[in-house]
Amino acid sequence: MRFTKKAGVFGATALAAALALTACGQSGSPNGGNASAGPSPEYKVASDVKLDSSPTWTKANKAGKLVIGVKFDQPGLGNKKAGADKPEGFDIEIAKSVAAGLGFKPEQIEFKETVSKNREPFLQNGTVDLVVATYTINDARKKVVDFAGPYYIAGQDLLVKKDSTITGPDDLKGKKVCSVDGSTPAQRITEKYPDAQLVTYDTYSKCVDNLNSGSVDAVTTDDAILRGYAAQSSGALKVVGKPFSQEPYGIGLAKGDTALRTAINDSLEKLESDGTWKKAFEYTLGSSEGITIPKPDRY
Amino acid sequence: MDAITSNLGLFASGFWGTIVLSFFTMVGSLIFGTVLAAMRVSPTPVLRAAATTYVNVVRNTPLTLVLFFCAFGLPYLQISFGNTTDQVSFNYAVLALTAYTSCFVCEAIRSGIATVPLGQAEAARSIGLTFTQSLRFIILPQGIRTVVPPLASVIIAMVKNTSIASGFNNKELISAMNGVIELRGDQVPLILAGTAIAYLILSIGLGQIFGLIERKVRIAR
Amino acid sequence: MSASQVLFDAPGPKARRNNVIISIVAVLLLLGAIAWIVFKFAEAGQFEASKWSPFSYTDIQGVLLKGLGSTLLAAALGTVFAMLIGVIFAVGRLSTKRWISLPTTIVLEFFRGLPVLLLMFGVYYLGSGKVSPLVAVVTGLALYNGMVIAEIIRAGVLALPKGQGEAATAVGLTRGQTLRTILLPQAFRSMLPTIIAQVVVLLKDSALGYLVTYQELLYAINNIGRDYQNLLPAFIVGAAIFILINLLVAAFAKWLERRLSRSPKKIK
Repeated sequence: MRFTKKAGVFGATALAAALALTACGQSGSPNGGNASAGPSPEYKVASDVKLDSSPTWTKANKAGKLVIGVKFDQPGLGNKKAGADKPEGFDIEIAKSVAAGLGFKPEQIEFKETVSKNREPFLQNGTVDLVVATYTINDARKKVVDFAGPYYIAGQDLLVKKDSTITGPDDLKGKKVCSVDGSTPAQRITEKYPDAQLVTYDTYSKCVDNLNSGSVDAVTTDDAILRGYAAQSSGALKVVGKPFSQEPYGIGLAKGDTALRTAINDSLEKLESDGTWKKAFEYTLGSSEGITIPKPDRY
Repeated sequence: MDAITSNLGLFASGFWGTIVLSFFTMVGSLIFGTVLAAMRVSPTPVLRAAATTYVNVVRNTPLTLVLFFCAFGLPYLQISFGNTTDQVSFNYAVLALTAYTSCFVCEAIRSGIATVPLGQAEAARSIGLTFTQSLRFIILPQGIRTVVPPLASVIIAMVKNTSIASGFNNKELISAMNGVIELRGDQVPLILAGTAIAYLILSIGLGQIFGLIERKVRIAR
Repeated sequence: MSASQVLFDAPGPKARRNNVIISIVAVLLLLGAIAWIVFKFAEAGQFEASKWSPFSYTDIQGVLLKGLGSTLLAAALGTVFAMLIGVIFAVGRLSTKRWISLPTTIVLEFFRGLPVLLLMFGVYYLGSGKVSPLVAVVTGLALYNGMVIAEIIRAGVLALPKGQGEAATAVGLTRGQTLRTILLPQAFRSMLPTIIAQVVVLLKDSALGYLVTYQELLYAINNIGRDYQNLLPAFIVGAAIFILINLLVAAFAKWLERRLSRSPKKIK
């Protein structure tokens, strides 16, 4: 009973403190690290789209909204910042431009969070119409879903501190390198670079925290994801830039919807030729120097 | 089936990982939990207060957060044990799980102590036993018997809690499952079922062992 | 007089002096340890204003509050369903008919033997897309904790004096009436502290929801930590909120317990 009183007093005090904090809080939102400068790119919404042979498009058109599965936790690619109501990043820009090509205004897009393990099921059962979520095109996945694109060729790379001596995967011997538990990049390190000490957490941000504190020497995954974290770090971290795998990012859609796939590939091609691709990249991930824009693969 | 059979090695090492993690945590939390319980009934007010505060704070923190503070806070304090990263992470996980489980062990033992008749403690005192002696020779040996069933559920819950350590660089069942799902995304239900069976073997097996112990000590009374 | 005070004699002058010395030493050690931790964290830059200032913005506080709301929602729904499942399975296991009690026991042992995390993953992956993350979280929480609560209630019923059930049968109540009107209410009341402790476990386990993209408190904490590179400060804030909520639940439980024990219905 004595404890109850104490707990009550403690609780009341803490609650009062919390209220006081809220009361004198600064309004608005703090600025987090962000690569973007300047206004966000705008995409011309096509007005005369007619894709009746595509079941996905017909459904979305009738509903008046396009549901796109994206990541919510990858800075620079698909990241829903604390307090924001919409995600932002390169994947999001690609999604917006593709949606525009299909005749959907930005406010007609519904972004739904997907994680790596549920992208295929989400497409198969129609939870989402498209997936733009660091989605690597490969043969196993092509059996269950179709891909438009690629819109970016990512590769497994290393994120290190700016003064690090690591220049590529061959320098990893005896070094501590961090990735996400069970992910393909983590499995590749175990197989191909067994001399490295692999550390795995459930999120990349824990890896980045470990890198900042010096607990690990490098973080590894697709370079696009790493670029997002580098851009966020305001110069403290850098991407090594020697990719040691090829991960073509595609836009996932339901298997067999060829009309939709062709339409998306068309708008991707236009996006890449008229310079909007580059604008979107620089707006979200930083300098696009040395980056080749891939041609869509119309398989 | 081939998602399981072709990755049997991965599952086996995950299973072993869960067992090792559980074993060290069990030993650690039984010891530390008893110490905490002793502190909570000790004659020194400061020890009582310290143990009470500790139990109330840690028991009310989600285990993921306890694991986080061990894996991410302790490096800042330059506290780490082990040579390889795997060892260090394993030791952090054992530490976190022990810190967390000890609170529940402490509460189970404390309620066990409360079931020992008052006369026992009074008799111990009247023949001149000190606090430590009466606890060690009179109270705990009797209390421990009523404590076996609740202690068993604490330990079994702990074994299942080791799954949360998968997010902190520990190779156990859930991390094995995540790895296999990444390789074979087409057989998720099967992989889930395989993992579930492994956990059931552990928890039901442990339940049987504790049931045996319970019957043993009950006869002795 | 509580049991603890029986374990040792009332302290004499020497013991009191020793206590004072131990107290001072302990407090000094504790303060020293705290100072050392603070110093080390400060050295590592964890107390830089930039790592803590995000929490002074109303937007971030809004995110935390929203996350907290989702956590409480999941926990509340989880508790309601866990109670329902608990009562149903307790009754099922107490049934004298083997075709009821046996399957109940098997299902109960099954769900009780699995980690909550695996249950959440299971519902989320198997029902992918069709079920919302909230459903995955609540199902995981309710199934596991429901089975635990079922066992608690059953233990409570079994611990009741035999005469309760016998008297009920003697006055002509059926088995179902006996359970519903005589045994369960008493068992529930006597086991309330244990049930509440399980609700605290449930509340804490809801923190695993972020792994299945449910946007609860820890999801918000992870977000903030990622966007402002202040993972450690964010987790400290998160832990403080969780501890506070759980202490309030515990305090509420004590209050409820006292109220119920005052109730005139108590049979001795």
